[in-house]
Amino acid sequence: MKPNFEPIVGRYLSIELAGRPHRLYVEEAGQGTPLLCLHTAGSDTRQYRALMNDARVTRDYRVIAFDMPWHGKSSPPVGWQDEEYRLTTEAYVAMILAVMAALGLDKPVVMGCSIGGRVILHLALDHPEKFRAIIGLESAAHAEPYYDLAWLHRGDVHGGEVAAGVVSGLVAPTAPQESRWETLWHYMQSGPGVFKGDLYFYTKDGDIRDRVANIDTRRCPLFLLTGEYDYSCTAEATLELGRLIKGAEVKIMEGLGHFPMSEDPEKFLGYLLPVLDRIQGGLASRAA
Amino acid sequence: MFERLKDRVNGNPALLRRGKTCSTRFLLEMGEESYLVDIREGRIEAVTKGPFNMTSWTFALRAPRDAWTEFFKPIPRPGYQDILGLAKRKLLRIEGNLHPFMAHLLYFKEALASLRPEARA
Repeated sequence: MKPNFEPIVGRYLSIELAGRPHRLYVEEAGQGTPLLCLHTAGSDTRQYRALMNDARVTRDYRVIAFDMPWHGKSSPPVGWQDEEYRLTTEAYVAMILAVMAALGLDKPVVMGCSIGGRVILHLALDHPEKFRAIIGLESAAHAEPYYDLAWLHRGDVHGGEVAAGVVSGLVAPTAPQESRWETLWHYMQSGPGVFKGDLYFYTKDGDIRDRVANIDTRRCPLFLLTGEYDYSCTAEATLELGRLIKGAEVKIMEGLGHFPMSEDPEKFLGYLLPVLDRIQGGLASRAA
Repeated sequence: MFERLKDRVNGNPALLRRGKTCSTRFLLEMGEESYLVDIREGRIEAVTKGPFNMTSWTFALRAPRDAWTEFFKPIPRPGYQDILGLAKRKLLRIEGNLHPFMAHLLYFKEALASLRPEARA
């Protein structure tokens, strides 16, 4: 009997980031236009598994995702035990560009969610020529913490349990139970302090409010999709981006929350596939 | 509404397991109404309706009646589906010693959500 493998293939990439050797886990499925997917804070590439297993996506797109250092199956760099992990804008942007170069991706479409939905705004502003199109999921120019982040990393509270507890309400109440709990499982598996370290970018270093209006969508088309149940990156915050960035296409997704690709993939694909079709058809680039 | 916590939680083995290391007393306020909830190893021992005279509790969750009413709908409107969502909207105040609350955050969220009419066990 043939093994029932999914079409997703994962490999480990040796790569230098910030002058230090790293071992990154990269997975991909499909062929055609490269679509580089960025996971949320404190999670990993598994969030994109439904997309990678969907022929409607992989027919025209080579979907690629990597676990950021410290996340999923990517190791932290040697010496990590003596450091506090904190994601900075500079490191995040450089990491994405380095992975693209290492994989030889020529003008991919990039799609990121949450912290990924923030960093794509930095990419749109500073590196638009490197991308065919940019898709932000749950994008906001800034996020205010609404709880004390210190709870995420302390010896007397289980980090995985509290991380899942914090984000559980960001999943839409209509999400299928199995997808909701798989999304939370990813959070439960995060390493100590990693979610908190990512939120340094999300709540502080990645603040792009003062520059976001300078994004020029004529240089690279920008699509922003946000779930109505996301109270972290709110619909209001994304609509505000739409007002500030001329030419950005904004869609508020009904019945979805902060993790559209993993909490309710089928509903999300209803919003994503038309965007991918437009990019594939060259409509977006003609509009530019 | 909150009186039903006892049946909903104690009848749910998965919730009892999730709260197994949680023993505490906390205060719930719905507008002017207040309730004390006593938890022992995940099991709701008592839900007592106030008013109270000089009582002690570990932490308190306080929100106006309207906010809880929306929270308890089978499908609440966006922003009202979660107690941290209510807190972000400044509708829910979370006060006191938050350690038991944060250490068992999923347990408390699931326990309160279990009061929804069509809540899935």
